[in-house]
Amino acid sequence: MSATRVGARAAILASGGANIASLQFALERLQIPCVLSADARQIRAATHVILPGVGAAGDAMERLRVSGLAELIPTLTQPVLGICLGMQLLFDSSDENATRCLGIIPGNAERFAALDGHPVPHMGWNTLAALGNAPLLAGIDALGSYAYFVHSYALALSEFTTARCDYGITFSASVQHENFFGVQFHPERSATVGARVLQNFFSMS
Amino acid sequence: MRDGRVVKGVRFRDHRVVGDILELAERYRDEGADELVFYDITASPDRRSVDRSWVRHIARLLDIPFCVAGGISSIADAEEVLGEGAEKISVNSPALSNPQLIDDLSRRFGSQCVVVGIDSQSVGETYRVQQFTGDERRTCDTSRLTTDWVREAAARGAGEIVLNCMASDGVRQGYDIAQLRMIRPLCPVPLVASGGAGTPAHFSDVFVKCSADAALAASVFHTGAIAIPDLKHYLSSQGIEVRP
Repeated sequence: MSATRVGARAAILASGGANIASLQFALERLQIPCVLSADARQIRAATHVILPGVGAAGDAMERLRVSGLAELIPTLTQPVLGICLGMQLLFDSSDENATRCLGIIPGNAERFAALDGHPVPHMGWNTLAALGNAPLLAGIDALGSYAYFVHSYALALSEFTTARCDYGITFSASVQHENFFGVQFHPERSATVGARVLQNFFSMS
Repeated sequence: MRDGRVVKGVRFRDHRVVGDILELAERYRDEGADELVFYDITASPDRRSVDRSWVRHIARLLDIPFCVAGGISSIADAEEVLGEGAEKISVNSPALSNPQLIDDLSRRFGSQCVVVGIDSQSVGETYRVQQFTGDERRTCDTSRLTTDWVREAAARGAGEIVLNCMASDGVRQGYDIAQLRMIRPLCPVPLVASGGAGTPAHFSDVFVKCSADAALAASVFHTGAIAIPDLKHYLSSQGIEVRP
C-alpha cells in the first residue's frame, strides 16, 4: 500500500448533493481530515479537493454556479477528484438536462443506450481495466479491480481515459487531465479497491 | 430491522431477533457481500417513519453500498436517510398509497437511488401486490397486478425493483423462478430477486434461468447456512461473474 501523503487535508466541495456522508466516512476511515466547504479561501488551502456528485447534472451545475464554485473549480491547482456526476461535471457538457458543465476536460456525457441485458442505470459492481500506468489506479489489479457504479450517463473513451469499463458499451471509468481526475465509480463504496484509489489520490502532490 | 435489532421472519411472520445490526453488517462486509439492505419492517404498518439513528453508524462502518427501506414516504424522509450516508432508499407500502412518490423521489435524487420493493403473492392465476407486509395483522392485498405495478414503478422512475416473492420467503425452497421469469422481460431496470434462497444452486438458478441482476437473501446468511465466500466460489465455478 502506498502511504497517504502526510499532512493531506481534503476539501469536499459543498455542491448541495444529499449523499456526502458516505464520502466523509471513507476519508475518516483513511484518517484524512476534511472540510465540507464552498468557501474559496478554505478550498484553496486544502491539499486535495473532491467534487462529489449525486443527482442530476442540471441541478448540480445550477448549484455550483449559485455558490460561485463553478468559477473557482477550473482555477484550482491542487489535485481535484470528481466522483460520479462530479467527474461528468468536469467535462464540457452533459446530455442530462442538456447541461453546459465546467469545461475543464473536452467531452460530452451521453446517456447509455438501452441494450438487451444491460438495464439502465448501470448499477452495481463492474471491473476496471486500467490503461497505462495511471497513478490513481496503482495496485488495484491485485485487489480484483471491482468497483461500484451507479449512473445513467457516461463519457466515451478519449485521450483522457485512464481506465475503461464495459457495460454493453465501453466507457471511461476514470479520466485525468493535468491536476483534474475523475472516477465514474464510487470509491467510497468500492470496498478495498475504492479505498486504494482514494489513498492513491491523497498520495499525489 | 425492528427496534434497532435484526429480525428475520418465515413467510413474513413470527420475526425473531438474530443479532445486533452493526456486528452483522461488519461480518457481511468482511465476508464480501456486495450490498446490504436494511428493512425497517414495522415502519409502515405503525404509520411512522424509519428510526434513523442507526443509519449513520452503518454508513461509518461499511465500504460497500447499502439501502435503507421502511416508511420513507416523503422527500424529507429520503433526504435524511441519504444524508446519513445510505446509497439508496427503497419504498414499498408508501409508494402503493401514493405512486407519485416514486416520480418525486427520482426527480429529486435521481432514479439510481430509488428502489421500489414489491411484495408479490399469487392469487389464483395471477400475481398481486401486497401492502404493509411487515405486520401480519395489517397485510393486505392491493388488487394491483404485479406485472402492472412493475411497469408503472419503472415508468415513474424507479432505478431498481426488488421483487419479494412472498410464498418463497424464508422457506429456503428456491427463488420463485416462474414468477421472476415472467417479470424479467417487463422490467427495464435492474431486477433483484428476493425470497426463497436455500442452497447455492438456488442462486445460480436465479441468474441463469431468470437473468436477475442480483439475488437478495437473508435467512441463509443470518443462520450461517451459506457462507458468502463459499457461495461466490460456487457461482464463479458455474461461470457466473461475481466480485471476488
